[in-house]
Amino acid sequence: MSIILQMRRIVMISVLALSAVSLLLMLLGISPLTIGITLAKGSIFSWLKFNHVLSVWIPLLLCSCGLLFTFRAGLWNIGVEGQVICGAIGATLVLRLDNTGLPPAALLSLALFSSFLAGGLWGASAGLLKTRGGVNEIFGGLGLNFVAQGAVLWLILGPWKRAGMASMSGTDLFPRELWMWVPQGWRVAPAAIVLVIIIFLLTSLILNASQFGLKIKAAGFNPQASRLFGIRPNLICFMAMIIGGGLAGLAGGVQVSCVYHRLIPSISSGYGYLALLVVMLAGYKVAPVPIICLLFACLAAGSIQLPITLQVDSSLSGVIQGALVLSGLLVYGLQQGKRRGH
Amino acid sequence: MEVSIPSLIAAILVMAAPLVLAALGETLTEKAGVVNLSLDGTILLGAMSGFLVASESQSALLGFIAAASTGASVGAVLAVIGVRLGQSQVAVGFALTFLCRDLAYFLGNPYARQQGPQLETLPIPILSNIPFLGEAFFSHSIVVYVSLLAIPGCYYFLYHTRQGLILRSVGENPDGCWARGINPLKVQVLYTVIGGGMVGLAGAAFSLAVKPGWGHPQGCEGIGWIALALVIFGGWNPVRVAAGAYFFGMLQLLGIYFQDYFTTIPPQIFQVAPFPLMIFALILINLGHKSRNKKLTGWIELFSGRPPKWLGKTYKPA
Repeated sequence: MSIILQMRRIVMISVLALSAVSLLLMLLGISPLTIGITLAKGSIFSWLKFNHVLSVWIPLLLCSCGLLFTFRAGLWNIGVEGQVICGAIGATLVLRLDNTGLPPAALLSLALFSSFLAGGLWGASAGLLKTRGGVNEIFGGLGLNFVAQGAVLWLILGPWKRAGMASMSGTDLFPRELWMWVPQGWRVAPAAIVLVIIIFLLTSLILNASQFGLKIKAAGFNPQASRLFGIRPNLICFMAMIIGGGLAGLAGGVQVSCVYHRLIPSISSGYGYLALLVVMLAGYKVAPVPIICLLFACLAAGSIQLPITLQVDSSLSGVIQGALVLSGLLVYGLQQGKRRGH
Repeated sequence: MEVSIPSLIAAILVMAAPLVLAALGETLTEKAGVVNLSLDGTILLGAMSGFLVASESQSALLGFIAAASTGASVGAVLAVIGVRLGQSQVAVGFALTFLCRDLAYFLGNPYARQQGPQLETLPIPILSNIPFLGEAFFSHSIVVYVSLLAIPGCYYFLYHTRQGLILRSVGENPDGCWARGINPLKVQVLYTVIGGGMVGLAGAAFSLAVKPGWGHPQGCEGIGWIALALVIFGGWNPVRVAAGAYFFGMLQLLGIYFQDYFTTIPPQIFQVAPFPLMIFALILINLGHKSRNKKLTGWIELFSGRPPKWLGKTYKPA
């Protein structure tokens, strides 16, 4: 597709979504301009606020990268939330180990690896339910989300409860030396930023320029035909689920080791579901994903200010995100319809 | 707390009433070959609009009408993008789920934790005096009666009327319908809107009767997903779908009772537990369906069915 067409598409989507939201706001007697300024102030006007944006961007981009794999394989991986939670549990498991004698850096790397593994296993179980049990991956994943949510509550209130009294605010903080290094004046660990950029580059390389990427695409597009080329679509789908789950798990690991330094009940923060919207808006393509993630992260971070300064509920950011995705689908539909018509 | 069997049945009927409405609405939509995945958000938006209109107008009836039209409009959006423009119905449904949820929290924020009107119980004059059955079945609010009547109503409509036949044939073979002079797209749009309306009603059933009030969270989050799962595993048959809804109501009720008995276990576990239990009960049924044990499969046949052939696909008239 030509660049001009793509630009036109982006302009159409944003104009459509923003005018719909602005109309809604004006009907409620709220000035869209004030909202826009508050959102921008709360996200990009100061280094501290931008740090907050980055801390949303990192897990969101990781989940989205995972979803790119599963979508390419033609799967609806709804279990991202659960995979993030499992990754967080996997990382906490390692970071709570006593007397390992390992240096903190090694333990932290081990924790991240363990989070990838835990998320991957969770993704694999949804994959198994589909390939072996014939259970639609949407409901398998959803069921596993609920199970993971139950498991994290049980861990926090049971075996891993705070010294003294169990509390919904999470487990005890990890010892200071197990916190990922954060420079003065920063809120996010540079290591996490580097990690997520590498993962994104790898994702785009694997999906767009490797044989494995081509196999995933073939298995997703036409499983019957792919068999003729010696590809086993079930196996490929299964592997895509493991990678997708693993990357989501890694997001959970990053949240635990770099952001909260403990396990909390709402560790996934809904990033799993948000990532689904990101990839849908990107039209399941790799390149736009980090930019959309950044936009969504700005909205999420900026909206925290809304209830304080304007007495507007912070779910407005979700409304804007949803409106963008829906107008995206509408515009895709209209353009496809036009092309069919000619 | 004293527990008697009639009061237990009554409580299950109340708990499950919105779920029955939502699941039956989705059954109609899916029978026509359209997947409306937006249930979880639509229920919330319906609950919010129902509560908002009811407390502004002090009329529960207007609240229910508002909720139904909200649900119907969400269905209409899905119908335009997912059916008419041929985008993936799953994708549109997902986007709508989250858009509706956040829209509900955003618009409903000023009304959170306020007192509003709620439905009163309407015992049916003579029937409610029958000793056992009266308390169990005939002393409820109108929502429960409607949900009970909707089950045979839906069944009769689908399998014993001409319109129901058209609905089902569109879901099975839209080409055949086209050849017989029926426009499948029109039928699909119609039942996506009607099904959406019923889902909206389910939302108002929550905010005006079962869990009165509005807040963030409202307390009906997650129910939409259960309704969606019920339709699939109930084999697209209204009676079985409703049976599943009552099973889930029972699980939720058990959770509440157990909370009082096992005080050492955190109550949060009991609140979350019915959801995975339900989904895994359904998955087990599905897995058992494939087993070679004849006796087992025979029993499980009762709980499963074949999806409409054209479910989720876009129909393009030739």
